[in-house]
Amino acid sequence: WAQQGTVTPEGPRPSHTYKVVLLGSMSVGKSSLAYRYVKNDFRELLPTVGCSFFTQILELDEATVKFEIWDTAGQEKYQSVCHLYYRDAHAALLVYDIANKQTFSRAKLWLEELEKKFLPDEIVIALVGNKTDLAAEREVTTEGEDFARTKGLLFMETSAKSNHQVNDVFMAVGELWHGSSPFIVTEMLLPASPACTTP
Amino acid sequence: MAADVHKKKSWEVPNGSLAPGDGQHAERSESPTPGLAQGTEPGAGQEGAMFVHTRSYEDLTSPEDGAAAARSPEERRGEPAEQSSMEQISKDFSELSTQLTGMALDLDEEMRAGKEGKLEPSPQTARRDSVLSGKEEEDVTMDAWRSHRKHVFVLSEAGKPVYSRYGSEEALSSTMGVMMALVSFLEAEKNAIRSIHADGYKVVFVRRSPLVLVAVARTRQSEQEIAHELLYIYYQILSLLTWTQLNHIFQQKQNYDLRRLLAGSERITDNLLDLMAHDPSFLMGAVRCLPLAASVRDAVSSSLQQAKAKSLVFSILLSGNQLVSLVRKKDQFLHPIDLHLLFNLISSSSSFREGEAWTPICLPKFNSSGFFHAHISYLEQEMDLCLLLVSTDREDFFTVSDCKRRFQERLRRRGVQHALHEALRTPFYSVAQVGIPDLRHFIYKSKSSGLFTSPEIEAPYVQEEEKERLLGLYQYLHSRAHNSSRPLKNIYFTGPRENLLAWVTNAFELYVCYSPLGTKAGAINAVNKLMKWIRKEEDRLFILTPQTY
Repeated sequence: WAQQGTVTPEGPRPSHTYKVVLLGSMSVGKSSLAYRYVKNDFRELLPTVGCSFFTQILELDEATVKFEIWDTAGQEKYQSVCHLYYRDAHAALLVYDIANKQTFSRAKLWLEELEKKFLPDEIVIALVGNKTDLAAEREVTTEGEDFARTKGLLFMETSAKSNHQVNDVFMAVGELWHGSSPFIVTEMLLPASPACTTP
Repeated sequence: MAADVHKKKSWEVPNGSLAPGDGQHAERSESPTPGLAQGTEPGAGQEGAMFVHTRSYEDLTSPEDGAAAARSPEERRGEPAEQSSMEQISKDFSELSTQLTGMALDLDEEMRAGKEGKLEPSPQTARRDSVLSGKEEEDVTMDAWRSHRKHVFVLSEAGKPVYSRYGSEEALSSTMGVMMALVSFLEAEKNAIRSIHADGYKVVFVRRSPLVLVAVARTRQSEQEIAHELLYIYYQILSLLTWTQLNHIFQQKQNYDLRRLLAGSERITDNLLDLMAHDPSFLMGAVRCLPLAASVRDAVSSSLQQAKAKSLVFSILLSGNQLVSLVRKKDQFLHPIDLHLLFNLISSSSSFREGEAWTPICLPKFNSSGFFHAHISYLEQEMDLCLLLVSTDREDFFTVSDCKRRFQERLRRRGVQHALHEALRTPFYSVAQVGIPDLRHFIYKSKSSGLFTSPEIEAPYVQEEEKERLLGLYQYLHSRAHNSSRPLKNIYFTGPRENLLAWVTNAFELYVCYSPLGTKAGAINAVNKLMKWIRKEEDRLFILTPQTY
């Protein structure tokens, strides 16, 4: 998928634009994930105001994929405008902080909201447990994965700080949209970090 | 500067009240006199002003302070938002119905269900935020907490803490309860508490239902100036929520904990208070421009003007807290307070450095009941040049984003980028350029344009506290000049470490700082020389030809 250029011997490569929205509580690391993915860097960021917009272009084997990433503010006062940002989204990353159980509950509420607004095949939803670097303070263990499985969501644990699986989340979402079977991707993703496997 | 550049029409000031009569502005005189008409002073725009006209500092505070605060809350209940004539105009601005009805509905639902604790309780978010902003909560029982020069508290009418500059709000809930008790006690007598002066402290109260703002200060500022700062804090809160939503919330639930909605924004308020302590923009009620050759600025303005879209109301380019260019929709005027709030928002958040931000924002002096949507982005990495495009249409992100692209393309084509880069390397000029030996610093404000200019603060004002002391002196002169019962036009102040002069006319305000060795006669001589210098440099220091779409 790392192929460069837009024209192959077979002719112009198809290109797709996907809208990905990051949703979740304040301070779970939505902006850090976006920043890590787009700039491959990490820094302590201040709370997002409103929403930040990024684009990233991915060269997959068969196509060029352009991600339009909408990184929303987790603050409550902006939550009523969030529908502006997630409308027509192809994928949503529901982010929570593995060291803060409340943010996991909030991610579940986000899912309820998305289920009201989208049909199941309209949107790819990934549940993302961020901050695996804080494993010592972990509050959410296997619930994340279990919940994702029962709801049929993609699941992954990440760390924007230590660059753990951040690329993979976006790749998985992109692969899913451009035609791979969702089951293959889900299986590929499920054996997540060891801290998360069921006993 | 030739006089014949002024077409008669160009002097039409939209609100009419401040336009100088015909003929008065025929000459842009070389050496301004106290009788100089507004609109002809150095820095006055040739095409009229960019801002809502605020004749002076009093205009910003007194209509509200005087009329509204004197009445009891019963009388004020159900009254529409404070309406200035500008807001009336803006109401007619049909497209501006970008209210967040969704939010109000959500809140309703939530309050009925009473599931307040279910989402994110504020202590949690507050803790998280204090971690993020690097601001350690102080122990309010310590002497260090007591020794701060200015405390600011915001509380709801139910006495619930909303904001405290220092220390956690929880720890201060009883203190705030006492404050509310004071306010209520006097209101029961159909009276209103304005301030308490004791032991070197001023405790100033500003009542803006449903909020009460209190400052406890031992600065040299007058009560009026402290109240003015509290109003800024109030407008800051409105800019996040709108007046309509704020009132709606408290009508639904009197003891609502507003910190939930303000969570994550405390640093914006903190930053505003810090900014007011060292930036004279707030004191002057005016905006400072980045010094820039007129040809470069005009090229920037034209590029902004050409990159327009139907929903755009204001296109603003700024660097630090200085204005580079502002283009506005015809007949729409920005208020300096609203622009200050935008400056503060940008300087208090690093998140705009990455990507493109798209955020709802209320400009409370323009229209306190609705949201605009602002597109905020930096032009280039590592360059302090921020573009702010204010749109009425929240759906218009991609159109507005394209305006930015077009603007940058035009800048490139006009080849002014290099000159702009150069100007950004020296965002302040030295007072030495004026060529007056005893002159240390000055602030000059053109009243008709709402712009001011000021050199860099140099030695001996090197330390932060020295800079604040200098601003404190200006504040003192300003408060004497604008004292509501006994305003002064000319003040000469001799202090142990410097001499100061203030000169306030209908057209301009000038505050000058000299070395302590000079004489009064020398100071007055210097003023004439200084005014000539400002006149000579005005097209670099001010925006003389503001543009509209």
